[in-house]
Amino acid sequence: MSELTSLTIAAAREGLAQGNFTATELTRAYLDAIEPAGDLNAYVLTTPEKALEMAAASDARIAKGEAGPLEGVPLGIKDNYAVEGVRTTAGSKILGNFIPPYESTVTGNLWRAGAVFLGKLNQDEFAMGSSTESSAFGPTVNPWRRNGSSQPLVPGGSSGGSAAAVAAHICAGAAGTDTGGSIRQPAAFTGTVGIKPTYGRCSRWGIIAYASSLDQAGPIARSVNDAALLLRAMAGHDPKDSTSANLPVPDYEAHCGASVRGKRIGIPKEYRVDGMSPEIAALWDKGADMLRDAGAEVVEISLPHTKYALPAYYIVALAEASSNLARYDGVRYGERVPGRDIVELYEKTRAAGFGDEVRRRIMIGTYVLSAGYYDAYYLKAQKVRTLIKRDFENAFAEGIDAVLAPATPSSAFGIGEKSGADPVEMYLQDVFTVTLNMAGLPGISVPAGLSAEGLPLGLQLIGKPFAEQELFALGQVIEEAAGRLTVPDKWWL
Amino acid sequence: MSVDQATVRRVAHLSRIAVTEDEVAHLQGELNAILAFVDELGEVDTTGVEPMTSVIPMKLPLRADVVNDGFYPERVLANAPAGEDGFFAVPKVVE
Repeated sequence: MSELTSLTIAAAREGLAQGNFTATELTRAYLDAIEPAGDLNAYVLTTPEKALEMAAASDARIAKGEAGPLEGVPLGIKDNYAVEGVRTTAGSKILGNFIPPYESTVTGNLWRAGAVFLGKLNQDEFAMGSSTESSAFGPTVNPWRRNGSSQPLVPGGSSGGSAAAVAAHICAGAAGTDTGGSIRQPAAFTGTVGIKPTYGRCSRWGIIAYASSLDQAGPIARSVNDAALLLRAMAGHDPKDSTSANLPVPDYEAHCGASVRGKRIGIPKEYRVDGMSPEIAALWDKGADMLRDAGAEVVEISLPHTKYALPAYYIVALAEASSNLARYDGVRYGERVPGRDIVELYEKTRAAGFGDEVRRRIMIGTYVLSAGYYDAYYLKAQKVRTLIKRDFENAFAEGIDAVLAPATPSSAFGIGEKSGADPVEMYLQDVFTVTLNMAGLPGISVPAGLSAEGLPLGLQLIGKPFAEQELFALGQVIEEAAGRLTVPDKWWL
Repeated sequence: MSVDQATVRRVAHLSRIAVTEDEVAHLQGELNAILAFVDELGEVDTTGVEPMTSVIPMKLPLRADVVNDGFYPERVLANAPAGEDGFFAVPKVVE
């Protein structure tokens, strides 16, 4: 039944409704596909029994005519979402065998819509990274390879397990999180669609926090339409997250295929950074042509503070991380290393439990918040953040409906290539994605073509607050013009 | 700005992360690389600019001031490395 795993969610929904196959058969097909895909290291844990139980319940609901919008659709969930009764670690050793006695709001929404849970997906430790190499479970391998090469490539990160699993057809769709690009960059590296919605669109309750003013949940899917279906189910107001927006959630799927005629699309000149690969620059131009051909008007705009978004991000995010990760103290949950006194217990537990990148980030965050440095770093970065947001507000006020930009500065790189002595080299991966986390805006990454080496490349569309529906309409135009991408060779079988 | 090794040790202690002498040297290099990267912000004129406090303007909601959850210490303690009589257990804190 391997062909069942090649269906989009929209096609699977159709097949289930018509009785061509059952949710149990669909789930079994995915479980059978996951088993031989161990070399990808996309899943950190699978729950086949739970999946089959949920699928049987879906079949019962379909039979009764009570199917939900995602009834019987098998999904993978990034390991930083709490799933009740299932080990949840955010890719960190420090959480040990943490088993949440509660369910995150977003996953709860997915199960209520009828989705089936396959397992937890790999990620950079605490979502800190752009390659999924910093996971305590080891790196995830990108299902894509360069033409004629067997060198293992990263799937991007931090939601690299989610993106790899979607691209490899070992889940129908996945939930990820995005703090600085962690959904959009891996989507671009794996030929999948990923959307980071507006800050507040999805509840953060039950998602292990990295940087609370930037973190957002969102889907990774095989098509723009599938991403729309998933986001609609994930989004919505939640009284348990005080930053969750109390706004109705539109029917995003209805906007896929909507006309974009007359839309004004901004091309920010500051994104044409020094050293941009000619391939990415050409892709960007091609994307502008695709939108123009669909009747949109493409104009150059200026977002003058763009170059400061990444340094400001690394202050704000790391400061918030140092505070959020203070809770891992070896007392309430997770691993404990004994000490002579409580301070030594904390220090030894945290030294043993956190990986290198997380330790670095906590220490920088602690430093920029420490007495005497707060104004110079944190306050300054929050002022720069105001300016970054103002840049976008000015562009929107001048009649721009959305912004088109590359998703990443390059295609997927090799495992180990950017994990050398200078951590900043990895941070530069986020140069095109981080601005909208700083401004709270929604952004979608859509595959737009292949590199000369045969690797997927993605374009990013950035929208106004709570205008995700416009991004789905524009994203659909790119998807139709560029065609959906499929991994050419399942080499892991 | 850059940090010396004494600052690395102080920040590690403030972060409650034990570091060995060997680690201090290379942490110093890594932290300074990151700090050099963020120093670029110094060139932005932020005179009269308000620091951001809420990225999407919204009124913080209030809830009724009532107890609406709890009363299950065994669930709260289920993931604790050590617990006793409904409490988290830690090494002696007060002499």
